[in-house]
Amino acid sequence: MSASLQKGINALKEVIDAPIASYFNSCVHCGLCAEACLFYLETGDVKYTPIHKLEPLRRVYEQEYTLLGRLGKMVGLSKAVTDDELEEWKELVYDSCTMCGRCSMVCPVGNDIVYMVRKLREGMAVSGHAPDGIKGATKRTVEIGGPMGLKWPAVANVIKKAEAATGETINVDKPDVDYLVLLSSMEIVNFPEYLEALVKIFKKAGITFTLASDAFEATNAGIQIGASDIAKVIVSRIVNSAEKLKVKYVLSPECGHAYMAIRWEGPNLIGRPYNFQVVHVLELLDDLRKKGVLKMKDKFKDPLILHDPCQIVRRGGVLESPEPLIQAVAENYIPIVDKQKMNWCCGGGGGASAIHTDEAEALRAKAFRIKKRQIEEAGVDTMVTFCANCRIVIEEGIDHYEMNTKLLGLTELLAEHLED
Amino acid sequence: MNDMQFLTWVRGTGLDIAVGIFVLGVLWRLIEIYSLGRKMDLSPPREAAGASGWHTIFRRSVPPPGMVKRSPVSYIGGYTFHIGLAIVVFLFAPHILLIKDLTGLSWPALPSQFIDLVTVITMAAMVVVLADRINKPVKRYLSTFGDWFTWTLTFLPLLTGWLAVQHLLLPYTWMLALHILSVELLLIFLPFTKLFHAFTVFGSRWYIGKINGHRGVPV
Amino acid sequence: MQGPLIDTLARQGVTRRAFMKYCATLASMMALPPAAGRAMAEAMAAVPAASRRPSVIWLPFQECTGCTESITRSHSPSIEGLIFDAISLDYQETLMAAAGHQAEEALHNAMKENAGKYLLIIDGSIPLGLDGAYSCIAGKSNLESLKEAAAGAAAIVAMGSCAAYGGIPKANPNPTGAVSVSDIIKDKPIINIPGCPPIPVVMTGVLAHFLTFGSLPEMDSKGRPKAFYGETIHDRCYRRPFYDQGKFAHTFDDEGARNGWCLFELGCKGPVTYNACATVKWNAGTSWPVESGHGCLGCSEPDFWDGGGFYKALSMPADPLKMGAAAAAVGAAAGVALSFANRGKKSAAKSAHETTTLADLEK
Repeated sequence: MSASLQKGINALKEVIDAPIASYFNSCVHCGLCAEACLFYLETGDVKYTPIHKLEPLRRVYEQEYTLLGRLGKMVGLSKAVTDDELEEWKELVYDSCTMCGRCSMVCPVGNDIVYMVRKLREGMAVSGHAPDGIKGATKRTVEIGGPMGLKWPAVANVIKKAEAATGETINVDKPDVDYLVLLSSMEIVNFPEYLEALVKIFKKAGITFTLASDAFEATNAGIQIGASDIAKVIVSRIVNSAEKLKVKYVLSPECGHAYMAIRWEGPNLIGRPYNFQVVHVLELLDDLRKKGVLKMKDKFKDPLILHDPCQIVRRGGVLESPEPLIQAVAENYIPIVDKQKMNWCCGGGGGASAIHTDEAEALRAKAFRIKKRQIEEAGVDTMVTFCANCRIVIEEGIDHYEMNTKLLGLTELLAEHLED
Repeated sequence: MNDMQFLTWVRGTGLDIAVGIFVLGVLWRLIEIYSLGRKMDLSPPREAAGASGWHTIFRRSVPPPGMVKRSPVSYIGGYTFHIGLAIVVFLFAPHILLIKDLTGLSWPALPSQFIDLVTVITMAAMVVVLADRINKPVKRYLSTFGDWFTWTLTFLPLLTGWLAVQHLLLPYTWMLALHILSVELLLIFLPFTKLFHAFTVFGSRWYIGKINGHRGVPV
Repeated sequence: MQGPLIDTLARQGVTRRAFMKYCATLASMMALPPAAGRAMAEAMAAVPAASRRPSVIWLPFQECTGCTESITRSHSPSIEGLIFDAISLDYQETLMAAAGHQAEEALHNAMKENAGKYLLIIDGSIPLGLDGAYSCIAGKSNLESLKEAAAGAAAIVAMGSCAAYGGIPKANPNPTGAVSVSDIIKDKPIINIPGCPPIPVVMTGVLAHFLTFGSLPEMDSKGRPKAFYGETIHDRCYRRPFYDQGKFAHTFDDEGARNGWCLFELGCKGPVTYNACATVKWNAGTSWPVESGHGCLGCSEPDFWDGGGFYKALSMPADPLKMGAAAAAVGAAAGVALSFANRGKKSAAKSAHETTTLADLEK
């Protein structure tokens, strides 16, 4: 119970760097970031303007790292950031921001707002101003192993079921294979077919893989809450296991934040490059498709659109793989106007889906209307995506609005239509 | 002080002070901002065509798909007055002579009547952009004293210059002196207000391009 | 039209017709209605014997005599000089025959006999330094002479830029403490006829107006007759189209100069100078500075000597910028100092960092 404002401010002082300084000094208050944010657009509430969400960080930057700001603080022209303010900002930094990064795409002066939100969370977390739901997920991840409190026995159970369904053996803790496969709790609990799909595809491609009993969880609540030290602890489990097993690759599952955590933040959290490479499952699948390994026996007929998980596509850089894959398996794939890196967030990323207050859920429901409109405008009943969290959140939205949209996972879809 | 003395002062001491503060301010602020540095990214980069800091510096000037419709005034008004300002400042003969005197560089000018037209269009665009800032909830919410102040600082040189050439409001010599003074005020405050984006926009776009380019995303 | 002046002019070979034409021109130059031209002609023609002509006293102070030269230097002295036949020029040091005590006596008599009615013309500035000792005539400082003469004047004409605004003596560092007529005399109507020197016809126009209507013509905010100083050189310059097209002469003998292009870049102060040179021109319409290839100096404006240099365009800095290099050094130093402070603060924050545990997430 040692969170404090001082720790928070100190954390902010640590993370402020030249990009952040440049961004704050470039903002001309044009408000275009709001026009890209689904929370502002679907509520019309100006407080959700992305750059406004960063106000505490901006004040700390000015007051600590600029001469005029320091003088301003001394003479009382600018007030120090208070505990109450950070509490007020909790909703803005967590509930109404999924770190989707669409604001960063449109800022005319080039401000990377999502970069700054991630850093602001470092201060919010250690000053005790993160939402309870995310705190809980973080606590469970650190103490038990994953955000939903899953323990290995439950995972082992899923593995057994997958072995039965596919007739294949799934290695656990086997060294010197090609891939260490990671899973997100969401997949294990809600979409165990994902593992079956992987097994089928790997068999076809002749890829060797293993799971690790001490590192099966791909997601990283530490990154979502914004506590790098905790994120480091969590990601280290994977790194240590992967390096112990001497795998060539670590396979990141269909989970957005997991990919960001292991592929991009990981080496910076532990302070050194890995001894293995990180591959996103779709990158592997697209690779196999290009090599001709992924031959479809038939195609999915219904018209469908793609939902691009923010952390994988726009933020993670897996841009080129999804579309060719969906085109390989679907007869009627309809590319939408705001596609790929300009697609709209499901509204539940960044830990938002773990916040279960009434206000947060009402807000997410409102935000979902953008996805609803995309589906309706395309005139389709099927949407395909590749992130377990997006799937849960979108299914909740479909439920809430009583839509009859079918939501499918890409890897599963591929496996289903794969030639035997 | 009579009009000739005032004009001579703004052309002399005034300009000296203003340029001095400008140069001092720009260097101080650039170093203050960029010396904070950035930690190296230890993750292996992803190669992607067109994804780099340099690309973004230019590409960010193109509105992203769908955005012009959402906020036409921001883009159309914004482009108009920025380009208009550039034309008036850099392609009007007397201005080019000033730059030539200060730097030795010069280039052909556009006819004065064309500059006159562009000035009017630029002022109109600035008024529209101001009205938008007042009317649109998000812009109004974000706006601080700095936004109104810098709008005025930018508008006055256009207005006074135009009034001088048109021989309106005050006699030419006073109007010309006020015009030069208004430019000096703009120079003095530029490094310390949001107008500094004139310099930092390159750094910001470069950073966002590089950081996202590292992950293989052209932004 | 009859009158003594007409006879005088006829003897000098100037026809009545030429005289009428001149008055009409004078009136139209001053934007007066056609009837005024006739009124001027009749007023001047009917001027009576010498002793009853209006008295004009011309006092020269700290001047170069250029104004007198200008007004007397013309190619048709009979026309320009006619004005001197229409007035009684009771004191003018360059032109009068008398000298010494005789001249002083003429001055005192004129001032006494015409008290309250004479027109006082001043050229040259008035030095205030050393109690006015820098310029004395007959042992009296100009300052004292001015005050004395002004007391009985109906109106004062400050002839030339020195009298009007201080002129070249007032230029930096103004060692004699030179000032203008209107800096000293506050209780009489003063009309400024600036120029270094002024155009002759301006002088005659003002005098003709005074003779005809008994008052000074309409003046601008700097006390100059609007008829002659109402427009800038720039707005009446025949080379203006070149300015608007951006065609400038870069040196005095380059292609632009030879093509007669605009002289703005060579320092022409036309835009800020109000005078009639571009329309009336000099030497009975022969030419004027710009037409001869040299930029306007701005000589009819106050403080034109200190206006940043005759060869510096108006859009160029008046003086070379001195602070630039020093400012850059100070700015860079400040930036570097701040960067050390910033990095220090960041390191301190890093050192103060305690590894975050779950407990740190809760208050």
